[in-house]
Amino acid sequence: MPIGDWFKKQERNTARSPAVEKRIIPDGVWEKCKGCNEPLFVKELERNLKVCPKCFFHFPVSAYERIYQLTDLHSFEELWGDLIPGDPLGFAANKPYIDSLAKAKDKTGLNEAVVCGRARIDGFQVAIAVMDFGFIGGSMGSVVGEKIKRITELATREYLPLIIVCSSGGARMQEGMISLMQMAKTSAAIARHQDQGLPYISILSHPTTGGVSASFATLADIIIAEPHALIGFTGARVIEQTIRQKLPKDFQTAEFNLAHGMVDMVVNRLELKRMVARLLDYLGASGVKE
Amino acid sequence: MRRFAYDFERPLIELEEKLDAIKRTESAGKEDIAAQIAYLEKQIEKLRVRTYSNLTPWQKVQIARHPDRPRTSDYIEAIFTDFIELHGDRTFRDDLAIIGGFARLDGAKVMVIGHQKGRNTKENLLRQFGMPHPEGYRKALRLMHLANKYRLPLITFVDTPGAYPGIEAEERGQAIAIAQNLAELSRLEVPVIVANIGEGGSGGALAIGFGDVMIMLENSYYSVITPEGCVSILWNGEGNPEQAASLLGLTADRLKELGIIDAIVKEPLGGAHHAPALVARDLKKELVKALKDLIKLNPKELVEKRYARLSQIGYYIENPVKAPVEK
Repeated sequence: MPIGDWFKKQERNTARSPAVEKRIIPDGVWEKCKGCNEPLFVKELERNLKVCPKCFFHFPVSAYERIYQLTDLHSFEELWGDLIPGDPLGFAANKPYIDSLAKAKDKTGLNEAVVCGRARIDGFQVAIAVMDFGFIGGSMGSVVGEKIKRITELATREYLPLIIVCSSGGARMQEGMISLMQMAKTSAAIARHQDQGLPYISILSHPTTGGVSASFATLADIIIAEPHALIGFTGARVIEQTIRQKLPKDFQTAEFNLAHGMVDMVVNRLELKRMVARLLDYLGASGVKE
Repeated sequence: MRRFAYDFERPLIELEEKLDAIKRTESAGKEDIAAQIAYLEKQIEKLRVRTYSNLTPWQKVQIARHPDRPRTSDYIEAIFTDFIELHGDRTFRDDLAIIGGFARLDGAKVMVIGHQKGRNTKENLLRQFGMPHPEGYRKALRLMHLANKYRLPLITFVDTPGAYPGIEAEERGQAIAIAQNLAELSRLEVPVIVANIGEGGSGGALAIGFGDVMIMLENSYYSVITPEGCVSILWNGEGNPEQAASLLGLTADRLKELGIIDAIVKEPLGGAHHAPALVARDLKKELVKALKDLIKLNPKELVEKRYARLSQIGYYIENPVKAPVEK
């Protein structure tokens, strides 16, 4: 076969593939795995906690999905869901901050990037906060800071273990220094929870970086990371630009953090609830076993 | 040698250089030259006022970064007596991007911690331009513990573009090091006074940068992200740092309006490096005043007050009233 023909065939193949994909992956029923490219039945993917059954790729989950996966059925009671963000600086870069907020609300159905409340995990009573990366990259502005502070204070007041599932790019720059100060505010609240001798488990999902990784996310007794989650302080691009050298392949992954002693364990989402419950038991949490 | 100057200072510096050149010529002293010198000096004064009187936020950021700007060590020397520097995090190494130790402020024993930039390229390489690694923050943490143990008020100097962005910094837990300092600062049972003398770059600044009283020099800045970083994220590099600096509300004036800081120390026209002794004197006054007020509080009151102060920082709407439905 002449080499030219071989290339022709290749071209035809690549030209056909989008159509093939379209045929076998109609919207909403099938989803292509970002890890192994296999088509996955959406219902099955959801039953599997949004983890690819073939390659264990962890799909992102929304705050409510996470609460559904991690807490006992009907045990979650949401708090402060009506706190809504303002625009302290009148910030408008390529688009006004208030437009970004409105768009995020439409997209996620949430008022802000964190959902908080009381819940049970395998019978253990907990105070829980779950971040949603879909809302402006899970960034921490006034509302996220305030809600994390409040759920932590509630946990301290009611002697409850604290569970926070993180997913955030960091501080929300559209609220300027007010956002940066939320790092100090949330850390101060966590310090009081620690001083009361109460358990705090944080779960770092993809990604946990910047001002969130450098405040409440990493102040826990036990830090759990989800497989392959990006965890670190400075973004890889900024580091590359500064030091002008190539970064290691697994840089800032959950596994990298485990190897360097920054997290206690990397836990597959399918085993997460069970692991949190086992840890809560060791940390002296109380509750009614189901 | 040409003097360092930002673009907006260039016309002024050129005029000053011209004056210097004339003064150096042999004919100096002749009457017509004297008149020319007097005229130039007048022009320079006018231009100086025009250049520095209404600085934009971006120009202030530039002055905050000026290579001749006084560093933490300069203020320690000018403000305190009997400074004893302490080194190391007891775990990995001594990070020279942060310095600290015992000192006396107006006779009172205190602990001082600050970001330390270099004065020249050689020193800046040693001190990483004031950008700490985790061991720098852990050195600071160790000194915070000492301050708490021996009941020494803590005074910090903030002057960093940010925490060091590097592979090793991440490997050794930059995020965790900063977080632990934030938690510790909030529970220290001694007065904590913060003086921002230059750059307050994000989390790397905050890790030694909040307390009971927060003071900023007039041309220092404190920001959630550098203007350049903001441009690269929000505009994908299409905007300019001037716009970003204006949007971020990072100047001392704006942060006082927002209730984040308490006091501003004035600087001479052109910035602190034009009269370092004067700025140090005024900053000392503010530090002494703050310390006098804070030592009246007992440890529990101090901690409660600091917590309450942090607690109220935020801008949000609760229980939004639904607009009445029109009939």
